[in-house]
Formats: sequence, structure tokens, C-alpha cells
Amino acid sequence: MNNEPSLLDTFFEECEDLIIALSDGLTEMRDGQADNETINAVFRAVHSIKGAAGAFALDDLVNFAHKFETVLDDVRAQRLAPDDSLLRTLQRAGDMLADLVDNARNATPANRALVDPVLAELQAFLGPEEDTATDEFVFEPMSLDLGGQDDTSPVYRISFTPGRTFYALGHDPLLLILAIQDLGPTEICVTANDLPNNFSNLHWDDGYLTWTITLSGPVSDLPIREIFQFVDDLCDLRIENNECAPFAQTTFPDHPPQPEPESGPTTDAPQRGLKDEQAERTAIKPTTTLRVDPERIDRLINAVGELIINQSVISQRLQEAALPNSSELFADLDDYKLLAREIQEGVMAIRAQPVKPLFQRMLRIAREASDATGKSVVLITEGETTEVDKTVIERLADPLTHMIRNAIDHGIESPEKRIKSGKAQQGIIRLSASQRSGSIVIEIADDGAGLNRPQIRDTAIKKGLIADDTILSDQEIDQLLFAPGFSTAAEVTNLSGRGVGMDVVKTTITGLGGRVAISTVPGRGTTFSITLPLTLAVMDGMIINVSGQTMVVPITNILETIRPSQTDLSKIGLNNDLLRIRGDYVPIIDLAERLGHAPPGRPLTDRVLLLIQTESIAQCALAVDDIYDQRQVVVKSLQGNYGYILGVSGATILGDGKIALIIDPEAITNTTSVQSQIAQPTEGGRSYVAA
Amino acid sequence: MSPPDENTQGTQLEFVTLVAGGQNFCIEITQIREIRRWSPVTILPHSPSHVLGVINLRGAVIPIIDLAAKLGFDRISPTERHVIIITAIEDRIVGLLVESVSEILGVRSDMVRETPRSPDDTTMRAILGVIAVGDDMTKVINLSTLLTNSEPVAA
Repeated sequence: MNNEPSLLDTFFEECEDLIIALSDGLTEMRDGQADNETINAVFRAVHSIKGAAGAFALDDLVNFAHKFETVLDDVRAQRLAPDDSLLRTLQRAGDMLADLVDNARNATPANRALVDPVLAELQAFLGPEEDTATDEFVFEPMSLDLGGQDDTSPVYRISFTPGRTFYALGHDPLLLILAIQDLGPTEICVTANDLPNNFSNLHWDDGYLTWTITLSGPVSDLPIREIFQFVDDLCDLRIENNECAPFAQTTFPDHPPQPEPESGPTTDAPQRGLKDEQAERTAIKPTTTLRVDPERIDRLINAVGELIINQSVISQRLQEAALPNSSELFADLDDYKLLAREIQEGVMAIRAQPVKPLFQRMLRIAREASDATGKSVVLITEGETTEVDKTVIERLADPLTHMIRNAIDHGIESPEKRIKSGKAQQGIIRLSASQRSGSIVIEIADDGAGLNRPQIRDTAIKKGLIADDTILSDQEIDQLLFAPGFSTAAEVTNLSGRGVGMDVVKTTITGLGGRVAISTVPGRGTTFSITLPLTLAVMDGMIINVSGQTMVVPITNILETIRPSQTDLSKIGLNNDLLRIRGDYVPIIDLAERLGHAPPGRPLTDRVLLLIQTESIAQCALAVDDIYDQRQVVVKSLQGNYGYILGVSGATILGDGKIALIIDPEAITNTTSVQSQIAQPTEGGRSYVAA
Repeated sequence: MSPPDENTQGTQLEFVTLVAGGQNFCIEITQIREIRRWSPVTILPHSPSHVLGVINLRGAVIPIIDLAAKLGFDRISPTERHVIIITAIEDRIVGLLVESVSEILGVRSDMVRETPRSPDDTTMRAILGVIAVGDDMTKVINLSTLLTNSEPVAA
């Protein structure tokens, strides 16, 4: 119809949604939760892709979708029972369909070697006699039982009022009417009731005409809807079946709502009609969404960041101005702060997206990995609605892929072994996301054999990562997995080979301000948990002074601040100070020393201790020189222009325009222990720590 | 960003000449965003000696590198009179501390000579070519080599 590139783009965007719906439905079918509506939704998704692909002459896609759809139709009509092998084939077909859409988008030819076996599998379920159907789909009438009520009534009344955008996009009502005439004998009448009485009110680019077409002929309403498929959100369209009294509203899934380039007052009525239709189309598009260029959001986020910095500049200036405390300015300033925070939260919420699409990609990764290894594995996803910053989602894809593959390749045992150790033959991997007090936690838990610590240790020794007489605790051995240059049996199996090791996983997560932790129970499985900050852009921080440098410590890590008296302090050995707090002893870490700054030479009693808690250690006290303030800071990355600095998670800009580094308490408290031990022997590892 | 191409003879190029470590250097003008006076930096922990720290450039965090130290000369002890050249290399923005900036030099690309071969040292590797200016000469700094290899390996 209209081969504008923008329309093609819309098609691909729509395909993404459809493929998610498809994948959703297939997962439900796999889990045995599917009802008829699910199967219908899957069918509609495939059918919509096929329909639109046909209009763009994407033949590979159309042929494949057709075959897929035919099988689904049989499932829907209960001619085929959804048993295991069929479901597996459907899953594979779903993956393949996604691939073909990608191929079409990138204008690369489909890989026949991959497509044909899946086509053959689908064909196997159809039996041989269906072959002729393959080429049936051209952009022409085709009788496909979709509504169930079509056979009874041969007369349709089509009422069609194009809106302003219809004409603005260059559509021609005549072409549509001609296409309808091709379907059968028609009676056409046009009404101009909407024309304004006073012609000076006439907008030249608006639509005022309504065509009413009476079509008789042995057709269902499907071909009519296909004619209007690309314009029915641009015009007020009613297709009425004369034998069935009420309006048959468009239920055929079509374009998602597009942001209208403009909408004049006169197009209001068609728009309202459109909204009603959307409400009925819930089967495929559960939520009405707005597509926004991410760049616009980024601009907004930057502006909000500047707003918050500006707010701290103003509050600093006000304090310097020595106004009387009763001044109402301070109350106004507080309002300003609250508003700024509200705006910031709102903007961040725009960027937040559910992890669902990411998890769905993992379902596929797991399927492929289990096929490749010959292990039977099911991936169960939980907390798919958890929302995470878009950037985080994008950057998590590679690490998660790697970890899922690892879990299947190394974590889950072979079926024979599993049976021998009394487990179900099918391995289970749980991928879950949840929100825990200011952080997002993503866990990948397998029920496999657990980490083989002696083997990890041997490998590390063999690769020269540790000396062979190093004594390591269990946790330290686990951490070896993340050491650069470490990789277990990876080379041997055909699963890896992407050159991504666990060290890259860790670097990526650290780059996002997150952490990875491992817990493993021999014989019972291994859990990797990734903890990520809720937002990347803003956090609450304590502004501190360390050797004359202003720095920020995240509030989430700080339990309390203490000004110690001499009796609270004691020493172990020469340099290790301990703080006694409520009967417990916690180690004191001098932040200045840890960051390589000159020690201030002030006694601890003259300094402030921040009692902090992190994932890896219970508690410890960071010695800093002064505490200035507690406020919201905008996190700026150092990675882009500089690189990773151990112990520093980013930087922020203070009210006076100076930069303050944001401390990563986790990394600070960990520096002496495992990391330096692992890193020292290799040159690469060394630079990781020291650089 | 790209080295002056010998094949496209006669293309007009513009360079900003500067002094670092007492010697003349220049940087292609398209790589330079702006030139600022020195202002105090925020020190970065665990950084190599040529990295002075970071500054706030209208909301962006920009690392400042002592060009003299980077090229193997003595470190500059920055004062108000020193100058920071803000450069853009690929996606990164980096500030270079230099002793002074002199002028804009317009030359044809065929006037940029290949660097004479000499023992490989830090300075030589970062030089793209030389330009004769009257009796003197100035060296074209290859920012990509200078900065991509230098920056802390982020593992």
C-alpha cells in the first residue's frame, strides 16, 4: 500500500510488541496455564505479523508465519494436542519468527539452514496435504475463520470517514473504495453532513466526507479489514454486518496507537472512536504506551540533574547570605527541594522499564543452551514486572546471557548424574528480580551441583592466578571465578566462545554501580545475586571531607555516624584500629589512606567515624575528617571520559561547582582482602587494582 | 582525529600551537572544543602521575591530564597562567594542561611531514608528524594514541 520507510519502522516496532505477546503466550502454554484466550493471542500475534509482512512483501517472513499460524490454528481448533514435542516446536518457531523479523529489519537474507528445519518440523505436525497453502497469502481476500460469525451474513455496510491525518499522510479514499469494489458488488453513497454551513470555517486539509458502502458478496469481514488495516487508526471506520444488528467493532489487531503528528479540533470525533476501539484491543496490547525517543528523556534527565545542582547552589548561597532564620525563603527553599525531588523521581520513572523483555530473551538463551548441551533445563522467571532503569536493562543482557549459559553448562549436571543423586532429571534455573530497599536484586539460582571449589582452586593455580600454597577461604575461592583470566571448562564446550568471562560480567555490573555475590551449597546448587542501584542518576549522599577533598558516601550504606571517645577505640597490632560499639568490635578503615591521600595526622578522636554496612561485610567504620551535609546528589559517571577507579563509583557536582567523588563503600572495604590477593600475580590483574 | 592524509595534497588544515615541557607542539583544531584558564581540580585516587584530577565543565566531569608529564617531561606545577585545552577524542572529552597556547597555524596537508624515525620513546609515539614553521618546527600530537593507550585500564 504505502511503502514509506517510516511505516516499515512502525511495523517493526509493532512486531517487537507482538513477539513479546507471542513469547508470553508460548511460555504460558509451556507452563500449562494456557486457556483458549492465550492460544488465540498467540495466533493473533503471528497472524498480525504475517498480515503486515505481506504488505511489505517480506516473503520469508510471510511464508514462515503462515506455516506457524496454520499449526497454531490447528491447536486452537483442538485438532492438535499441545504435547511436549509440539510445544518445543512452537517455541523454536517463535524464536525463528523473531529472527526472521530481525533479518527483515536489517535487510539480511534469512538463514535457510536454520529456517528450513523448523519449517519442516511445523510441517510434520500438519501432515502432507497442507502444502498448497504455503503460497496462499498474497494481499488478497482470504477466508480465515477469525470471528466465528462470518459465514451467516453476506452483506456489509462500511461507513468510513477519513480524518485530517489520513489525508496528510497521502492516503487516497478512492484506492480503498476501488479495493472494496474488487470484493463484490457495492453500493456507495457519500454524505457531506459535516461540512460547515459557513464555508469560511472550512479547513482545506480536513476531512468532511463520509462514505457509506454497502457490499454484498460471499466474503467474511476479514478482507475488508485488511484493506483498511493501515488506515483504520486514521479514520472513523465502522464495519457493520447487516444480518447482525450491532456494530462489529474492529477487533482485528492492527497498528498500535501512534503519536498523532497533529490533531485539529475537527478530528476529535474520530479520535474518540479510536479510543473505544483501543479499549477493546486489550488482548494484544495490554497497556497504552507512548513511544518516545530515548534521547528526549535523556535530555530531560540531564536538565533535572542540573536543576538539582542548581538547587544546591541556591541553598548554599542562601546560607552564605546570613539571612535571619525566620526568613520565609527557607520554607520556599524546602518546597523547591521537594519539587525538584518529585520531578526527578517522575523522570526516572519514565526511564524505568520492566525486566520482562530481558527475561524473555533469557528464556530463549536457556532453551538454546539446553539444546546445545543435551541437558534438560527449565528457566523459571520471577518478578518480571520489577522496573529497572533502561540503561541497566540494556547493559545487563550480556552478563545475564553469560551467567545463564554458565549455569546450564557448568551448574546443572547431566541428566544421568542428576538421577543418580536423586534429583529430577530436569534442571531448574530460577531467574528472579526484586526490589529491596533502594536496590534491585537479580538472582540466578540453579539447582545443580554447586561450585566445585577444589577444581576452581586448581584452575586458578594452573593459570597462575594464585600461588599453589595460597590459603583461601571458601568465599575467596568463589571470588576467583571473577578474576581476570579465569574461566573454567569454558573452552571445551561449544556454548561459550563469545569471549565473555565472569570477570567481564563483574566489570559490567560494577560499571553500573552494582555488585555480584555468589552463594553455593555443594550438591544443591549455586546462586548468583546481582545488586544494582535503583536509579543511576541521583542518590542521597553524606558530604564528607577526606584530607581536604570533599567526597560523598551513599546514605544507604551508612548506619550511623560516631565521634569516638578514647575509650571506644582499641588497637590490634600496629595499624589496625577497632571501634567498640554496643559491645561489638568493628574494624576502622581510614578512608584517606585507602584512597592514597596523605593521612591527615589527626587523632581518631578528633575525626568522625561512619559506621557502614555492605553486602560482603557485616559492619565497619570509615574514618573521615568532617561531615558537612547530607543531600541529594547527581551521579556523574567517570567511566566515559576517564575510567574505573577502585573505591569510587562516580562523581557529583557540588553547590560551588566543584566535583566531589562518590565513594563505593563496598569496594573500599574489599580492597585489601580478596581482590589484591588475586590480582597481584598477573600484570593485567595488577593494573585493574592499581590503575 | 584522522592523521593528515598524504594523498589529499593541498587540503587546508588548521592547528593550534602550544608549549608543553618547553617544546612546541600542535593539535588539529577540529579536535579542540575550547581553551580555558587553569582552575583547581578534584584529585582522583590511585591515578597515574600525569592525571591531575577532574574538573566540572558545565555539568560534565572532565579528566585533566598534564600534557608535559604525559609526553615524558617534568610535571607542570599549574598556576593561574597555565592553560587547559579541552579536546574531544572519539567519544571522550579530556582536558590537557599545557604551559601556553600560541597561535592558530594554517598549513596545507602536504606540509605535514612524516615524523623522522628515531629511537622509540614516549614522546615519539604520540607524534603524528612535524610541520616546519619558519626556522622552527612544531610537532602534531596524535591525541588518539596519546590518550587511548594512556588512560587507566578499566580492566
